[in-house]
Amino acid sequence: MSQLCALTDDALLDRLERAAFDYFVQNMNPRNGLVADTSRDNSPVSIAVVGFALTSYPVAVERGWMEREDAVRRSLAALRFFRDSDQSGSPTATGFAGFYYHFLDIHTGARVWQSELSMIDTALLIAGVLTASAYFTADTPDEAELRELADFLYRRIDWRWAQNEGDTIRQGWKPECGFLHYGWEGYSEAILLYALAMGSPTHPIHGDCYKAWTATYQWENLYDHDYLYAGPLFVHQFSHAWIDFRGIRDDFMCEKRSDYFENSRRAVLIQREYAQRNPHGFAGYEIDCWGLTACDGPSDELPDVSNEKRRLFGYAARGVPYGPDDGTLSAPSVLASLPFAPEIVLSDVRNMMTRYPEMLTAERFASSFNPSLADADGRAWFSAGHYGLDQGIVLLMIENHRSGLLWQLMRACPYIRSGLGCAGFRDGWLRDSIPAGAG
Amino acid sequence: MSPPIDASPRTPQDAYERERAANVHPVEWSNPTPASCYQLVIVGGGSAGLAAAQTAAALGAKVALVERHLLGGTCLNTGCLPSKAIIRTSRLYAEMRDANRYGVQVPDDIRVDFSAAMERVRRLRSHISGGDSVRNLVAAGVDVFFGNVQFSGADTLKVNGDELRFRKALIATGARPHIPSIPGLREAGFLTNANVFNLTELPPRLLVIGGGPLGCELAQAFSRLGARVTIVQDMPLFLDREERDAAQILSDAFARDGIEVRLNTQAVAVRVENGEKLVDLLSDDYHNTIAVDAILAGTGRVPNVEGLNLEAAGVDYAAGDGVRVDDFLCTSNPRIYAAGDICLEHQYTDTATASARIAVQNALFRGRERMSDLVIPWCTYTDPEIAHVGLYVREANQQGIPVKTFTIPMHEIDRAVTDSEDGGFVKVHVRERTDQILGATIVARHAGDMINEITLAMVAGIGLRTLSRVIHAYPTQAEAIRCAADAYNRTRLTPRIRARLRRWLER
Repeated sequence: MSQLCALTDDALLDRLERAAFDYFVQNMNPRNGLVADTSRDNSPVSIAVVGFALTSYPVAVERGWMEREDAVRRSLAALRFFRDSDQSGSPTATGFAGFYYHFLDIHTGARVWQSELSMIDTALLIAGVLTASAYFTADTPDEAELRELADFLYRRIDWRWAQNEGDTIRQGWKPECGFLHYGWEGYSEAILLYALAMGSPTHPIHGDCYKAWTATYQWENLYDHDYLYAGPLFVHQFSHAWIDFRGIRDDFMCEKRSDYFENSRRAVLIQREYAQRNPHGFAGYEIDCWGLTACDGPSDELPDVSNEKRRLFGYAARGVPYGPDDGTLSAPSVLASLPFAPEIVLSDVRNMMTRYPEMLTAERFASSFNPSLADADGRAWFSAGHYGLDQGIVLLMIENHRSGLLWQLMRACPYIRSGLGCAGFRDGWLRDSIPAGAG
Repeated sequence: MSPPIDASPRTPQDAYERERAANVHPVEWSNPTPASCYQLVIVGGGSAGLAAAQTAAALGAKVALVERHLLGGTCLNTGCLPSKAIIRTSRLYAEMRDANRYGVQVPDDIRVDFSAAMERVRRLRSHISGGDSVRNLVAAGVDVFFGNVQFSGADTLKVNGDELRFRKALIATGARPHIPSIPGLREAGFLTNANVFNLTELPPRLLVIGGGPLGCELAQAFSRLGARVTIVQDMPLFLDREERDAAQILSDAFARDGIEVRLNTQAVAVRVENGEKLVDLLSDDYHNTIAVDAILAGTGRVPNVEGLNLEAAGVDYAAGDGVRVDDFLCTSNPRIYAAGDICLEHQYTDTATASARIAVQNALFRGRERMSDLVIPWCTYTDPEIAHVGLYVREANQQGIPVKTFTIPMHEIDRAVTDSEDGGFVKVHVRERTDQILGATIVARHAGDMINEITLAMVAGIGLRTLSRVIHAYPTQAEAIRCAADAYNRTRLTPRIRARLRRWLER
């Protein structure tokens, strides 16, 4: 740990990024390219984590951590699996209407846990698919097949069906009961989902759908910062892993004279402010120790938590300022804010690493820690193992901060550009033409 | 086998109930001889009808009021007042339970005396019913009739066979609980607000169907009084019109109270086995059955349009929506107006009385007062309370009004912290780049009291700039409103203005 902290910023980021990438290498089934949700025993696949994995391979090739052929092989394995997967929508299928169930068996690819057909997780997967397609542009049979498959998988998704004839996209569907009741309300990571859904040449949703969703936004002044409100930090990060929101604005952000990138920076400042004010008096919260987001956490069933009356939320979307807040912080969520506020984030991550060195194993961050639940030796509670989503967002955001590679790749993706255009985004890089040969 | 706990419980006929009856429907009452023609006949003696009668009589009109059942209507007899009384007792028990948060030793043997709590409800209801009494109406010069009403023409109606002729009439028959169509529910027996306050025995296990204001208030109250409460709501959050942060805070509060919260869930069937009510619940693809002792239906209200023979009077109505009125509260018959729950989307006592006064003005004096000009606040009296006035952000967005919200979490407010009541927030919505208040939502222990300040500001056209100049007594929880106004003021200090100020100071 002390070794890590002694490194220069760039060397430190390189080590952390590489360690995050290794998660995908270590937790992938090479036969089908699927990646486990967590490093814990018997973890199923999360399709979103596969999306992060597919995005990580180009990074690894660029950084010399993986041979290009190996990266293509792994990507192709996943894309072929999804192409050939059971799309009947049966309770044990893999997907329906081009979407996929949230959790799959890592060996067979069949649905597990009676999980829902997930629109947002399919979007995160397909963002990875399109990233691979944008990067592997060599004139080789394998890379040509990869691009073809990516196009096939994207075009197969029936986004319009996912509206269920409503104004906005539904959050999920199950063969047992049809569409889930939940819709999207308020600002969320779904901006990526909407961009992909509007950019589809085959089953696009209408621009009104995006308008209906943004009509649920709340622009708030909190702790003297104006921002588009969303409580958990990951909401301010996930779409930004693929889309460069610097300088591009939709109608809402034009009216607010801001943009989504700047908004995420303000979300960082608000999280720090909240941690400093620490309204519930949790241990460890400081202006330089923060990170409330969707993450693992202690639960009431925890055997050694009997000291006091407190509600613990397990895996939950923790948020600022209304909670839920049970004293659990996520270091990956802090690091994933790197592009928005680099100096602050680097300094705060270093502080958190120094104070809670146990949160790093194999130089990868645990999903979360909770200093208020210290054991007899004063050691904070730490989430066991690693989560693919944490490692994925850390990797992508470090890379975007260092090179902007993923943003550049997706700027050239015609579907993303078209989707953003339909949503009313303009200015900035959207004014530039697509580089020749891209897409 | 004893009858089910919710098999139409009847009010215990104690001294309090006898006093209430004497006030709101004396048994010995005989209707007066009708006048030849009334300037205003009011149909319904609830909040709207009583307000209309008092207003019109005070203005010198010859007024008759007809009530089928009890004066005071839902608010007095089966709504706001009894529920607030029981909520107060339940809050006290909750405070005793959580007293160690305040450094208080909590005795081990706190026992809930439910029967005493309900006796208190009856006592207070009886006391307050004096204000809505027949005596007061008669003293004001109103002819009071009890009985069933039917319109018999465009300017006549009949009460128990007696014909009343009117120049103007006001329909204010209110609304009644909506009964959800769940197979087996009627056979099994259930409670609504109409009879829940008649209970003298606490149901050990209670299922509340519906996550609207009534369901939420009573679920929490009964839970705090010791019942094991499950609340099912077929939406993703409670109070579906409120903003999601408010509803989320309420869900969290329910969980802390030990209420089993079942969102996105429907009760699909009820049956009785061995004296227990078994209720089948369905949430997406998850089925399960719970056993309870009583079921409370809180799934909205339907207007009382039936039996009035509105067709004879030429008054348009729809069974679910009530009497159709224009913005001046006039029905399709220009002689007949309506007020209160029978015709309004906002079914609150305060709105009913305000609408009644508008209707009287417009009916008797050719007034042109508009219902849409009213600024209507409302509050759900859970703990914390959830109060709102004006536009919601989504409404402003849909109307194309640029909106910005000044948010003050209650944990920022000293008095909320010292009271250990720091859950919640004040959110004041203003038109972007102005201080004009469009609306507000407050979630706080006393949000219902706090929202009045915002309502006053909106009615008087006072913006946040002025509110920030209003000294709020320190420390009070209402200071959160001034903090929101201060936050607005700070946004006016743009970098350019700051630079100017700096130059001035450095001159």
